[in-house]
Amino acid sequence: MEVSVETEGDICVVTICGTRIDAAVALAFKETTRRVIEDSAGDIVLDLERVTFIDSSGLGALVATYKLLTPERGLVLVGMTPAVTKVFELTRMDTIFRMYPTRTEALNAIVARAL
Amino acid sequence: MISPRRSGLPLIEVLVQSSTFAVRDALDRFLTALAPLCLDIEEHTAVEMVLAEALNNIVEHAYSSVPNSGPIRITGDHHHDGLHIHIVDEGVAMPDSKLPIGLAPAVNLDIPDLPEGGFGWFLIKDIAKDVVYARVGHENQLKLRVAVALHA
Repeated sequence: MEVSVETEGDICVVTICGTRIDAAVALAFKETTRRVIEDSAGDIVLDLERVTFIDSSGLGALVATYKLLTPERGLVLVGMTPAVTKVFELTRMDTIFRMYPTRTEALNAIVARAL
Repeated sequence: MISPRRSGLPLIEVLVQSSTFAVRDALDRFLTALAPLCLDIEEHTAVEMVLAEALNNIVEHAYSSVPNSGPIRITGDHHHDGLHIHIVDEGVAMPDSKLPIGLAPAVNLDIPDLPEGGFGWFLIKDIAKDVVYARVGHENQLKLRVAVALHA
């Protein structure tokens, strides 16, 4: 699964390059994020700006990623498109994940929490 | 009950052989055929989610133990009360030949206990109406309606 990884201090910003997090790529997504988590030390910002569709398998993969990071590290989602937001609302996962509209807001929030 | 009149959309028929990537192919073909309905983003998402979850279930469960997979036939018929979708496969039957209830998985849990699955039937039943399953001969037949492009 293609992602682009950028760092900002300890924080890793992972951008999903594909448009779908579905059953076809859920395992690859988990494997990719596991490697990013192993190679970094701080919170992860997951940029979903390009993702226009997520199914229950993809949602499960996000939850698995969240579990890998917790409790020491955080996961923040940014750039949620309407279809992705809808799935989070229906499953009430919007009450579980920290979400910000943009990566700048997410980075500011993470830095502010660390102070 | 009087069956609502059909709209002008031609009957959609998509046939694929079960595989994970076949789901993407089927969704793409089916949703492309819906273009004349000019669905808005919410309607488009509703159809895509219901169909994706139903097809994923077939790939992961109905055909999970069948090495060479099998056919999945999807038809879409638009009436004035929405899009009627009919999905047929030749995999194993649902447990007890019944639909799962599809309750929403609990999420008010500690993070390690959060569910990583079990959302599929909940999403289908939440979004779609008139969800009916039947085992007929060697076929699973799932019928449902997504209330989109009403009165179109």
